[in-house]
Amino acid sequence: MSSRCLSLLLLAAAAGYAADGRILRVCADPNNLPFSNDRAEGFENRLASLVARELGATVRYTWAPQRRGFVRNTLNAGECDVVMGIPSSVDMLAATRPYYRSTYVFVSRGLGIKSLADPRLKKLRIGLQMVGDDYTPPAYALAKLGLSANVVGFSSYAPAKIVEAVSRGDIDLAIVWGPLAGYFGPSDLEITPVSPTIFESIPFTFEMSMGVRKSDAALRAELDRVIAAQCGAITRLLDEYRVPREGYTCDSQSQSRSSALR
Amino acid sequence: MRKLSRLAPAALLLSNTVFGQIQNQPDDSQWPMAMKNHAATRYSNLDQINTGNVKDLKLAWTFSTGLTRGHEAAPLVVNNTMYIVTPWPNLLYALDLTKPGAPAKWTYNPQTSTHSQGVACCDVVNRGAAFFNGRIYYNTLDMHTVAVDAGTGRQVWKTKLGDINMGESMTMAPIVVKGKVLVGNSGGEFGVRGWVTALDANDGKIVWRAYSTGPDKDVLIGPNFKPFYEDHRGKDLGQRSWQGEQWKIGGGTVWGWLSYDADLDLVYYGTANPGPWNADMRPGDNKWTCTIFARRPDTGEAIWAYQIFPHDDHDYDGVNENILLDLNIKGRNRKVLAHPDRDGRMYIIDRATGEVISAEPYAHQNVTEGVDLKTGRIKTVAAKTTGFKTTRDMCPAPPGSKDWQPSAFSPRTNLIYIPHNNLCYEMQGVQANYIAGTPYVGANVKMFPGPGGNRGEFTAWDPVNAKAVWKVKEEFPAWSGTVVTAGDVVFYGTMEGWFKALDARNGNLLWQFKTGSGIIGQPIVYKGPDGKEYVAILSGVGGWSGAVVSGGLNPVDGTGALGFVNAMADLGKHTTKGGMLYVFALP
Repeated sequence: MSSRCLSLLLLAAAAGYAADGRILRVCADPNNLPFSNDRAEGFENRLASLVARELGATVRYTWAPQRRGFVRNTLNAGECDVVMGIPSSVDMLAATRPYYRSTYVFVSRGLGIKSLADPRLKKLRIGLQMVGDDYTPPAYALAKLGLSANVVGFSSYAPAKIVEAVSRGDIDLAIVWGPLAGYFGPSDLEITPVSPTIFESIPFTFEMSMGVRKSDAALRAELDRVIAAQCGAITRLLDEYRVPREGYTCDSQSQSRSSALR
Repeated sequence: MRKLSRLAPAALLLSNTVFGQIQNQPDDSQWPMAMKNHAATRYSNLDQINTGNVKDLKLAWTFSTGLTRGHEAAPLVVNNTMYIVTPWPNLLYALDLTKPGAPAKWTYNPQTSTHSQGVACCDVVNRGAAFFNGRIYYNTLDMHTVAVDAGTGRQVWKTKLGDINMGESMTMAPIVVKGKVLVGNSGGEFGVRGWVTALDANDGKIVWRAYSTGPDKDVLIGPNFKPFYEDHRGKDLGQRSWQGEQWKIGGGTVWGWLSYDADLDLVYYGTANPGPWNADMRPGDNKWTCTIFARRPDTGEAIWAYQIFPHDDHDYDGVNENILLDLNIKGRNRKVLAHPDRDGRMYIIDRATGEVISAEPYAHQNVTEGVDLKTGRIKTVAAKTTGFKTTRDMCPAPPGSKDWQPSAFSPRTNLIYIPHNNLCYEMQGVQANYIAGTPYVGANVKMFPGPGGNRGEFTAWDPVNAKAVWKVKEEFPAWSGTVVTAGDVVFYGTMEGWFKALDARNGNLLWQFKTGSGIIGQPIVYKGPDGKEYVAILSGVGGWSGAVVSGGLNPVDGTGALGFVNAMADLGKHTTKGGMLYVFALP
């Protein structure tokens, strides 16, 4: 291959094109169902394929655990160009229009718990996931309600375990991010959105978008168009994975945001 | 870099301390463990290099590790071989000091899992190895302790101690005591339960494990446990000082330094902060986090414990070094440990009983008023506590007045030499974040320079009179270790990459050399096969303080590295990444 040909090829590769077409470079966690895994079984994997098809591209993954440093080490390091699911209000990147809004949910074996104000909470063993020194919204609320003693902590690295613990009766109630409950919860578990949706200015619902580097206005615009045009297919995909949704849909005209954080 | 005024230098050489057993251990001019000896003094009796001639020190040879993450290790020198443990992937190099240029004899590669890099909170560092009985022992980031034949580089055994998939990792330098390799884990923030574990040095089997939280049977508290303070006595305090079952994910990891007194037969170490919840979520003293333990090495059973900071809400891990000293304090000979804590206080503790003799600040701090010596209890300032609220101007910042970077003691000057920080911080507001499929909100933490504007300091501290004798200011945190010698020279490195020699008596700068990258390693001193004295240091910036460079963080986002970036945004103008060993000697 001549050096001119080679340098053109390298230029094309840098711009996300292979000799045989466009590449959509996706940053994803190889082990994070229901969102993604390296066997493409998550709904974000399926969404990536859908988006790629619309853009006339093929998907190529950069795998990294979605923990601290994920965006910095993958997207913002230029290793890949899009993260398929991230709260719209996260600062470190530029979010597309949201394609769904989900909510933290109560998961139990039929206790009928709908609200953080339910007095029965005082007597329950309540499972929450840990994210280091910071607050998941339910952790904040339970601390404020004086219910720290009721809390049983679960690793956020093993999401199925917290739902299994409810099924087995190890805990009475779990408060988890909606998509986890929908996916890992067998159909006999009760899944109810947490009420209120905002507790002392901490939100329990989050809008979820795709994310690109702040400088990548062109790709964001393309993804916004795909979300609008493919809203039906996206909605069906989220239904298939039993993602609890709250209010906003991807073809809403009004784009309200998780107001507490803006 | 400015030097503060000195106090009463004439008194230094007329001290009334006793030159005790513990700090005058036999010294064979080698460096067999990261702290040099079990008393953690990092003092060498070599005096070929001294205050008169150190200005002539020259570079003798160098060695590139081939890596550019933070290099925190102390090189070992045993039997004319130098052993270096690198940051991930945790290679072990053996350099032949008998040959010109000290070429590598062999390299051992433990095949450390690449995924473990995603777990380490504060750069993929390793603090070094320990030599014992013909083998080199060290930890890998992915939770293994390895034993390598010091002559051949062949792996003798490799033991798995935990699970990186649960957020655990290992970075600490082990010590070997009575045929047992003592190691501790890292990773408190994701619900890792802290422990110290003893492995049989022969075959790597786990002999005992002492947890930092939970019922007495897990913490190895039994009938011989005699804590000095009343509120440390009672059954199962490691469980009852928490709410519900939170002790199961209580943190208290053991990622710092272990010391050992063979006469008292006690191992000393400190535990890290409680995790993973924010302090509001875990009311109670949270024992035994931020606690210094004294344990028997044969069985692990606890003999005494002292909790430095109950219900910590500043991230002040209690894992800093415990230097074992015999001092004459107020007319009495005391066997003590000196522990410069994250909270800015130098704890002088009777190492036989756990009684706090003094706890004076060695650096600026405003979050505590003092330690009540009758009860042992620290008094915190109510206005300077954290929580889901805005609190400004708290000192020191989470890395503390001193983080892991280890200090040294000279029995000639009777001073403790402390490389440390001068940082304050604030917490305010919330921002959205996302981890592994769970959105959450976090406080905005921002660190900034402490009073004076210098972010670092090097302090010479008199442990008997509990006061600083001289201080040198540094632009950046003094994040390297230090070593002091019989030549009255003290060495340390700066984050800009200067390797410095100071007069141990008065802090005068006698010599410095600009290495290729910021220094966060631990300097050592040894005698080469040619009889000359050598000084060695790893250069390669990183660690928590250097994350903005080694991790390539965006300096505009001050909240990066848990707010450290706000205080270190200019570091990239002063250093780039690197990974080089520098060895110096007189011409």
